[in-house]
Amino acid sequence: MSKVLMKGNEAIAEAAIRGGCKFFFGYPITPQNELPEYMSRELPKNGGVFLQAESEVAAINMVYGAAGAGGRVMTSSSSPGIALKQEGISYIAGANLPAVIVNIVRGGPGLGGIQPAQSDYNQVTRGGGDGDYKMPVFVPANLQEMVDIMMEAFDIADYYRNPVMVVGDGMIGQMMEPIEFKKPVPRELPVKDWITNGTKGERNPNIINSLFLEASDLENHNLAAQEKYADMVKNETRVENYNMEKPELVLTAYGTTSRICKNVIAEFKKEGIEIGLIRPITVWPFPHKAFEDIPESAKGILVVEMSQGQMIDDVKIANNGRLPIGFHGRSGGMIPDPQDIILKVKEMLGGVK
Amino acid sequence: MAKGKVTFNTDICKGCELCIDVCPVNIIVMDESMINVKGFHPATVIEMEKCIGCGNCAITCPDSVIKVERF
Amino acid sequence: MTIVYDKSKGLTDAELHFCPGCTHGTVHKLVAEVLIELDVLDRSVGVVPVGCSALSYDYFNCDMQQASHGRAPAVATGIKRVNPELVVWTYQGDGDLASIGAAEIVHVAHRGEKITTIFINNAIYGMTGGQMAPTTLIGQKTTTSQDGRTVEHSGRPLKVAEMLATIDGAKFVERVSVDSPANIRKTKKAIKKAFELQLSGEGFGIVEILSTCPTNWALTPRDSIKWLRDNMMPYYPLGNLRSPEEAK
Repeated sequence: MSKVLMKGNEAIAEAAIRGGCKFFFGYPITPQNELPEYMSRELPKNGGVFLQAESEVAAINMVYGAAGAGGRVMTSSSSPGIALKQEGISYIAGANLPAVIVNIVRGGPGLGGIQPAQSDYNQVTRGGGDGDYKMPVFVPANLQEMVDIMMEAFDIADYYRNPVMVVGDGMIGQMMEPIEFKKPVPRELPVKDWITNGTKGERNPNIINSLFLEASDLENHNLAAQEKYADMVKNETRVENYNMEKPELVLTAYGTTSRICKNVIAEFKKEGIEIGLIRPITVWPFPHKAFEDIPESAKGILVVEMSQGQMIDDVKIANNGRLPIGFHGRSGGMIPDPQDIILKVKEMLGGVK
Repeated sequence: MAKGKVTFNTDICKGCELCIDVCPVNIIVMDESMINVKGFHPATVIEMEKCIGCGNCAITCPDSVIKVERF
Repeated sequence: MTIVYDKSKGLTDAELHFCPGCTHGTVHKLVAEVLIELDVLDRSVGVVPVGCSALSYDYFNCDMQQASHGRAPAVATGIKRVNPELVVWTYQGDGDLASIGAAEIVHVAHRGEKITTIFINNAIYGMTGGQMAPTTLIGQKTTTSQDGRTVEHSGRPLKVAEMLATIDGAKFVERVSVDSPANIRKTKKAIKKAFELQLSGEGFGIVEILSTCPTNWALTPRDSIKWLRDNMMPYYPLGNLRSPEEAK
């Protein structure tokens, strides 16, 4: 299949449809509006339903109901909207429901701004909602990767009966890049014999539920979930190790920020200095092993984020005190400048060679 | 001659007494001679022969304790 | 011998957790009976949110979804849009529907979503221990209006049925009460009509049911029935506010 040039948000929507999405419930918020707009036009043509809800809260609860009824369903929003959906995401996780949530991140806190940011790391990896739940969180760095993940996301959600989040920043949503829609490797998906589609008099009632008033029942429910999360850690952790053969220093960044870091690495190569990059493609599960495998040549790790420092906590956990850790972050929609990163790298390497 | 017959699932009665007020022939009482597994004096019928089988007690009972039959 | 009344097959064998004399149980029976009489139990999905009905997924003999506080209409929307063949209903209390879920109930009516809502108005929060609800009457004492609700502080009780009757997509709106056998029979008729409306695809239907909360009203079940008649029925008049004929 040939490549097509598409705008990020529309490409995400098209990939979702090709990935088997049939139902979309959402509420307008910048900078992701092209996504639901595309869905409103294209989903009905593909035998699906688009519905604009009265709020983000209603939208995520429509997703809950639809997932419980067996629909392949998604919602999309941006940071403050995702904050509103967190309760619903917790319920979806608690009730073992498959759903896909797209978050095109903007700067916060509060109403914040509408420019690209990565300040949702904590809210998406730490379970913004209540309880001991986890969900795979994908953070693609370019549109092709975003599209590939979107086409796989519904299978992953169905496979684990779990919410899956796909995160981009405003840049991913707005940029245009050539893409190709490629079918993901098929997974063997479990039969949905648990959905509420009417007993038809042939089985006992199915109940979609996250309420367990008996303490031991709730603990057992949580323990079962932990087993599922352990499988996700084993099977779904994704990372790109770039120029990691013999780096003097390791950059770590995800999403579009990692592309700036690759430019920085290219600049250093001209000077004969090898800088590596660990680029998490999932931020939960976090690629801990990539950090354990950092070669002895490395003198430190520089975390680069479009936030005031959120992923850095996971990097510290993964590093476990081994290497010095530096940080460079911009926020509020400001993009990290390669020159600033270069200066920070040089500072960490002990001055210019 | 009784027209109806009322049967109570005594174990699940919560002793709320709502059935007493809706009985047109006033034959329902709380059985103070016994305490059920829930700890209540359950509803029972005295003078079953007066029962007209109207079903008022049964449709009022929130806990589906009562079955009513008519001859 | 003919059976005049027996426990509905639409209910499971589980014993209800409701307090003695609570009319939730009465309404549960009516919903179950209607689903059986319309022969739709096996394609029904009920949605119960938070409040005293939070555990009701164990009581109905059909597929059920437990929803977050106030969001049952949104959850029901999701179910119905995925599978329009299903008979989808919500069962919500006044804290749930009239307070935290006010937006969801308005918009499910506004969209004319083809679902049925059973709304229990007992003028108080039950599950959490008797706090003031939007439907609490003026002067009524609750744990958060200990000297009685006042207009100055909390406004007048919200008349949900009247409010929803102004929305075009709400094709059936009726307020009923379960204070007497006659009214219980009328309540069942209203519930049945609301479900029939869903089956014919006309739009959204809601039945507001004046109900008791003996525990949190601090009255015996029998006195609660009297209190409902003396206090709730004058403020919340019974009757049909919107029917399909009128909606046309």
